[in-house]
Formats: sequence, structure tokens, C-alpha cells
Amino acid sequence: MIPAPESIRSILATDCGSTTTKAILIERGAEGYRLVTRGEAPTTVEAPFEDVTRGVLNAVREVEELRGRKLLDGDRILTPQSGDDGVDLYLSTSSAGGGLQMMVSGLVLQMTGESAQRAALGAGAIVMDVIALNDGRRAHEKVRRLRQLRPDMILISGGTDGGDVKRVTEMAEIIAAADPRARLGAGYELPVIFAGNQSAAANVTACLGSKTALSVVPNLRPSLEREHLGPARDAIHELFMEHVMAHAPGYKKLMTWSPVPIMPTPGAVGLIIEKVAKRDRLAVVGVDIGGATTDVFSVFRVPGAADDATVFNRTVSANLGMSYSVSNVMAEAGIANILRWVPFAVDEVELRNRIKNKMIRPTTIPQTLEDLVIEQAISREALRLSFEQHKALAVGLKGKQTARDISDVLDQTASGSSLVDLVDLGLLVGSGGVLSHAPRRAQAMLMMIDAFLPEGITELAVDSIFMTPQLGVLSTVHETAATQVFERDCLVFLGPCVAPIGSAKPGAPCVTVEWAPESGAPSRHTVAFGTLLRVPTAGERGKLTATPERGFDLGAGKGKPVARTVRAGVVGLVVDARGRRPFALPEEPAARIARLREWNRALDLYPREV
Amino acid sequence: MGHAYTPGLRVAAETVVRRERRLPLKGDVCVVAGAAVGPESVIARCVLPGNVQTVNLAAKLGVDPAAVGGTLLKPVGSAVALDETIAEAKAMFGLMRNRVASPADGTLESVSSVTGQLLVRERPIPVEVNAYVRGHVAEVLPGEGAVVESRAALVQGIFGVGGETNGRLAIATSGPGQSLEASHLKPEHRGAVVVGGDHVTHATVLKARELGVRALVVGGFDDRDLRQLLGRDLGVAITGQEELGITLVLTEGFGRIGMAARTWELLNAHAGKVASVSGATQIRAGVLRPEILIPLDERAGAHASEAEGGTLEVGSFVRVIRQPWFGRLGCVVELPAELAALDTEARVRVLVVEFADDRTRATVPRANVERLAG
Repeated sequence: MIPAPESIRSILATDCGSTTTKAILIERGAEGYRLVTRGEAPTTVEAPFEDVTRGVLNAVREVEELRGRKLLDGDRILTPQSGDDGVDLYLSTSSAGGGLQMMVSGLVLQMTGESAQRAALGAGAIVMDVIALNDGRRAHEKVRRLRQLRPDMILISGGTDGGDVKRVTEMAEIIAAADPRARLGAGYELPVIFAGNQSAAANVTACLGSKTALSVVPNLRPSLEREHLGPARDAIHELFMEHVMAHAPGYKKLMTWSPVPIMPTPGAVGLIIEKVAKRDRLAVVGVDIGGATTDVFSVFRVPGAADDATVFNRTVSANLGMSYSVSNVMAEAGIANILRWVPFAVDEVELRNRIKNKMIRPTTIPQTLEDLVIEQAISREALRLSFEQHKALAVGLKGKQTARDISDVLDQTASGSSLVDLVDLGLLVGSGGVLSHAPRRAQAMLMMIDAFLPEGITELAVDSIFMTPQLGVLSTVHETAATQVFERDCLVFLGPCVAPIGSAKPGAPCVTVEWAPESGAPSRHTVAFGTLLRVPTAGERGKLTATPERGFDLGAGKGKPVARTVRAGVVGLVVDARGRRPFALPEEPAARIARLREWNRALDLYPREV
Repeated sequence: MGHAYTPGLRVAAETVVRRERRLPLKGDVCVVAGAAVGPESVIARCVLPGNVQTVNLAAKLGVDPAAVGGTLLKPVGSAVALDETIAEAKAMFGLMRNRVASPADGTLESVSSVTGQLLVRERPIPVEVNAYVRGHVAEVLPGEGAVVESRAALVQGIFGVGGETNGRLAIATSGPGQSLEASHLKPEHRGAVVVGGDHVTHATVLKARELGVRALVVGGFDDRDLRQLLGRDLGVAITGQEELGITLVLTEGFGRIGMAARTWELLNAHAGKVASVSGATQIRAGVLRPEILIPLDERAGAHASEAEGGTLEVGSFVRVIRQPWFGRLGCVVELPAELAALDTEARVRVLVVEFADDRTRATVPRANVERLAG
């Protein structure tokens, strides 16, 4: 049973990742809930252990030792807290074993196919493939693909309610012909969710009811103008627990330790991003760049909506990462795009070999400054590509004048246009080793600015130790504790970035900024086009007023000033007058290198010139 | 004395390896427990269901989907041949007959009265799994395959491409630091597993393939050449399924890197013997590395374990696996407990290594070495 929020004094939360299981201990003190310590241990879901709870216990044991408190009673987490022993609540997220891998299907790739993809991604899944009637593949090719991939779960959508029944049935017949098997073994039937035209539910059940563990939920696209992803997402979470997790090694035991369902890691991160966006009434983008994959989460206002309606989107770039997938970043971005961020000459054969050596020995770290600069150049491209993919999926409903939201009815203007509006973006949060562990915080800030190219005024932050998954699942039962720890111990605010849209000759006046901290002396800075400026910001908050020159826009119109109260940060205020729409680096190598070095100096990015 | 865990590739003069040989779907196992097997012995076989072809009977015959079942000339489940008439219906007030021919050899799988679609499943595809390595059947996995056990010398590579193969082990270069050139390859290398030194080029790999060499084992290879060999940039390290006509195993990494002396000596000691080689590499999820297995004579008695600990201690022999000393070998002389600042300003756990060639010392992050001694 979940204890009442007001009675919770301590919380232990774990995240079972593919390689590491991370545990955090939160305690309630005089100033509310705070993170008090953390521990980690290798994940033990694979051979020779094949029991996820071993890794959980090891990570908790480290927390026990560091905090000097008894949390375990043998191989059991002590709950509730008694005296100084035990905790009142234990909960966990998981992405071990490759996370939740799904295939989705729709009738039209760009319509129900895309809606089904958004539902699966939003629930924290990796979408292995989208099958649709118009995907260009013949029936037998679809069947072969379904057989090869062996997903954990399939989501079938298609048809608006009361619409096409025949073609929806046809899709179900194709899936039945494939007789797909679950990835984690033949011991259970493959979970399949039907969230399409409800008039076709009987036919779909006839096709798949005896071959799979079929669940029928309300249509995720009841009409062309509406998307209703909530029931499909809930069903995914439920089946993830019932079928996939229950058959993963050790999870049955782990599930009995917590009164809160185990949640897929990215699904939990999405929850907290949504909650912060709602609370602060900000458009938020979160990015988590890992070794194998990069997740992007966004919450943006619905264009043209009368109220504060927002849309949440999540995408995962399954093969863009900094170790296992680093070579794929090179393959997708191209060597030239990586090298454009490097302020010295690099031999291409040597660079290719370096990147491949990182791929085959993924745990190595840069020892020289030059190596660090190259790694950070690669991360800029991995982040940029992941964001491009996110923008392509975070779009309005393709069709007409539309309404779409995870919760329900909303208005939207453009059909199929991206919901990502960089001028509206209020907060950009980064996490993952290359950002969270950058030796200087300014490096993380510039990596994110270069990759995302925020416009207008945007605050930037990094997740200090990547505990957003645990806080996401905690937010489902104790929102106050989750947001307190998120603000105080999880996020490290880097500072605001001011980036005017427009272009001019290098050296021409671009923007004037005034920074008035809550306590301390105000300052005023005029910044020329083509340059970067860093202004240290003391205190917690301040008023930022930026006045662009004629021809430049900060979101209020050309030449019009913008003012906002923002949080100060450990890096400070960064004025990026390098131009937007377009942002361009000099083509000529010597000029490009000179410019990069100038920007690095402006932000005091590295301990010496590289 | 401090110690730390570091992953290392396995190089073992004698060990017991167990390799699971499984079918993709359930089938028949052809061996019994204890049976002696060679690399090409068939362990199990099955048939994969054939591909599915769809035929829109309703549209082709001009009948209502609900009526298509009655147009079939053979019941569902029957065998049909390519171009055989499988359904027909009257048209033009009964004056004509529309006919539909089978798009493939196979069986009639199902017919839908909702969509009017007929599914024809093509003939099943036979699949066999061989033993891959000489040894004996240690365990039968009913309906799925078997576990083959072999007492063998084992060399794990760091990266490979190409599938499983086997052949006589032939040493082609004069030492581990010499590059394998086209001139080293001779006609007698046909069907062999050829061991080179520190590097091979794309042109030499092509020459080897032309000669009928089954596998190449070398220290390093350039990524630029890998791209040429595969015809694409390799994004994610999941290999083994390529059909290249040759298997390539790198023992050290990308670039020109001398093969570790221990690996070189072990392979030399077994020149002329038959080796089983797999290029399959998967870095994520359950790390699979390429390997060279040289089966030894079966002996009764104690079985050495294939598993190995990886504790790094003062005195451990290591290779640095990242710049600025990438590829250099040496001995760990210090394992300081406290974190140390690198050139990058990151504070990490380090070790001090004394290089074998010139006795100079360097501080290196512990994450950037691998232990060489097996």
C-alpha cells in the first residue's frame, strides 16, 4: 500500500539502467525533501546473475554505507521506516535489457501511424518500426519484418471511429500471419494493444484474440481532428508490467518490493518534464544523451490555442549516442559536420579510427584536451540530429484544422507543422555523461546552445547526476517531494541565453542586454554581431532586458525589447550574437578555426587554447 | 595494494569453451549428448515458414468479400503450385469465368470474409545449424539445438566482420609488428585462416578473398578501409551477418597496432591446426566479441573455466586503449586511491604505467587501459 504523502519521511528510489543501477535516498528535513546520498552498482539483469535485484541490493548497500543507516534486512528493503532504520517508500524505474521495444501499426503512415508512434514513444518505448498500409512494403515484407524484430509489444491503430473497418482488419490479418513472438522468450503470449476504429474491434479480436494477449482500448485517433493517446499509453504501462517486466529476470521479486508500479525510465523522465512545464508555465525541452541512445522530451504550447494548452512529445534516437553508437553519429552527420566544431586540424583517417576505437571500447574517457574537444564536437552533432528527429515527429496532426493533446481536446492551427517553437522555449535541460560530467559547466552550456540553437531568451540547466527517472516515478505518488528535489538537488542552472534572430556583417551592433540581479549592481552590455559574451550572474534571480538592433528579433518583433525575470546560473548570462536563421560557421578552415577559438575564449571554455 | 576491475580480452592457451547452437525456431536435433562433432557436423535442422503473399480475391473476381470463401477451388490448407488456378467466379451474367492463379508455390493459408484477401504461404525454408567448433555435445536442447563443448586455445578479438568459418591456421608475416601485404599471400593459403601482423589494407583483404582465404586475423584495420569493404559506414557495432566472402578479425583495434605478443605467440604455436573463427561482434547488451578457437585434443579430467576475473593490480600487464598513448604496453606500477586531475580538468581514478619499450612512466585513467595477461 502506498503511504499517505504527509507521512513519508524517507524515500529510496532506483533506476535499473542497461549498464548501471542507480539508487538515491531522499529524506524530509526542516527545509523539505532533499537528496541525501546516492549509490550505484552494475546492473545484473544479464548472465551470469540474471536477477535484477542483485544490482538493486548492491546499489542500496552503497547508499547504506555512505549514509550510515540500515536500509536492508538481508535481501529485503526495510519498509516502513522505524527509528533511523528503513524507508517509508521504495520505488523503481527500469530500462534494463534494452528497455521496452515496440512495433506500431497504423493505416496511413503519416496519420494513425504517426499517432501510434507518439503514443508508444510517450509511454517510454523504443519504436522499432512503423507498419502501415502505405509504407511501401508488400504484405510478405511486412510479415518478414514483424518476425525478424521480435518486439516486446505491438500497438495497432487505424481508422477513425465509425470509419474504415476493412483495411483495419487487413492490418490485423497481416500481423496474425506473421505469428509474432515475444522477444524475451516463448514463455508468454505477445501483448498486443488495439487502439483503432472501435467498429473493427470484433474483427481484430477474431484475428488475434487466440494468438496474442490482446487488449482493446479506446481509439487513439477517434477522428482526424483529435488524438487521444492517454488510454493507449496507460495500456502500454500496464502490459509492460504484466507481461514484459514480469518475465525479465528478477523483476517479479522487484515488483513485490514497491507499492508503485515499475515504470520504463524514459516514461518517468517525461512525467517530470511535463510537470515542471505545467507548474512554471514554460515551454520545456529535455534531452538525455546516453551511450547508445538520445531521448528528447518537449512540452510546447499549442499554437493558436486560447488557453494554456500544451502538447507533450518524446522521441528516442535509438542509434545516436556517445559510446556504443558514436560511430553512427559520424555515419549520419558526416565527418565534415563533426570537424566544423573542432578548432584545430585533424586528419580524417585518424579521426575515423579514433571514433571506431571509442565504439569498440565504449568505457574509455578523453585524457587530452584535444580528445575532449573532439568528443564534445561529436556530441553537438548527436544532439543536433536527435533534435531534428524530434522536430519531425513533434508536429500538429496531419489532416486539417486540428485538435490534439495527451489529455484531450485542444485547438491547433497548422496541419503537420512542427510544434517546436524555439522562440517560445523557456527552459532547456540536458543530461547524460557528456553534459552532466563536462569538466566546465560552460562546455555543457555551449554544447547545448550550438546543437539546439535556442532563439530569444532561454534558460539552460543540466541534470547533475541523472536522477530524473526516479523523480518522475516519485511524482506519481508524491509530487511535492519530486519537485522539491528536482529543483534543489537535481537541476544545476547554467544561466540564461539571449540569441537574436537575424544576420549582419561581423562587428555590426546586434543587441544590448541589461542584467539587474535581485541583489547586486546592474550591468549593461552591447554585443556585436558574430560574437559571444559571457556575463557572470550573482544571486538567484534577476531581471534580464534585451534590446535587439533593427533587423534583429528576440521574439517580440524586429528591434523590440524583451524583458524577463530569469534564474541566474553557475555559468552566467550568455549572449549569443552569432546569428540565427541562419546560424553559419565560416567555410574557410582558417577563418572557422579563428572564430571558434575566439568564442571559446569568450566563454572561458577550456584551460588553455586548443 | 589497490586494485580495480578492468575488462580485458581473453587469450587462453587452454580452456573449455561451450557454444550454444540454436535454431531460430523449434525443429529437430540431430545429435545426442556425448557425440563427437566436427565444425561442419549438423546439430539441428528446422524449416522456417515461407513468406506470405496476399491476393485480393474480392477485387480480382469482382465478388463480395463475404463470398470469396466459396470461390476457392481447393480448401484452405491445400498445397498449390505457382500459376495454378486457385479460385474462380462467374462474371458477365454467367457468360464468363474470372480466374485467379496462385502467385507462388505453397499452401492456401487463410481467406478473409471481411477484406476479401487470400493469403498464400510460400514453401518452407530449410535451415541447418552446424557445430562450428570440433568437440562433443555437452547438452541437448530439445527441439532447439545443443551445447557443443570443446577444449581449445582461445583468442578473443576486439572487432570483426563476417560470419563463422574454419580453416587451417597459417602465419603469413614474420612478426606481430609487420603489416600483412598482398605479397605475403600465397596460393597455399586457399581455405586457410591467415594471421598477419599489425595492419592490413582493403586491397590486401580483396586479394585474400580472391585467393580463397577464409579468414584474416590482424592487429588493426583503418575505418576508411572498413567502409570500402562494407560499402557503407558502420554505425553500430553489430556484425557477423555480412556476406563478404571472408571473415576479418581485429585483435587490437582501428589503425596500425601491433598484435599483442601473447596473441601472436599463441597463434604461432598452433600454426597448421584447424581453427574455428567468428567475426560476430556486438558491443551492447551481452557483449559478443569475435574469436579464434583452436580445438585441442580432448582429455578427461579437470575442466578449466572459460570465465575470468579482471582485477587490475600493481604488476598487471596492460595496454593503453586511448590517446595519447594508444596501443602502448606496460606494467602497472601504482594505483593511487585518490582522484587525479587530467589535462581535460576531469578528476578521475588513475594508475601509473611503466611502458615496456622505453621504461618511461605515465599517468592514465583506469578506464583507458585493458589488462592483457589472461
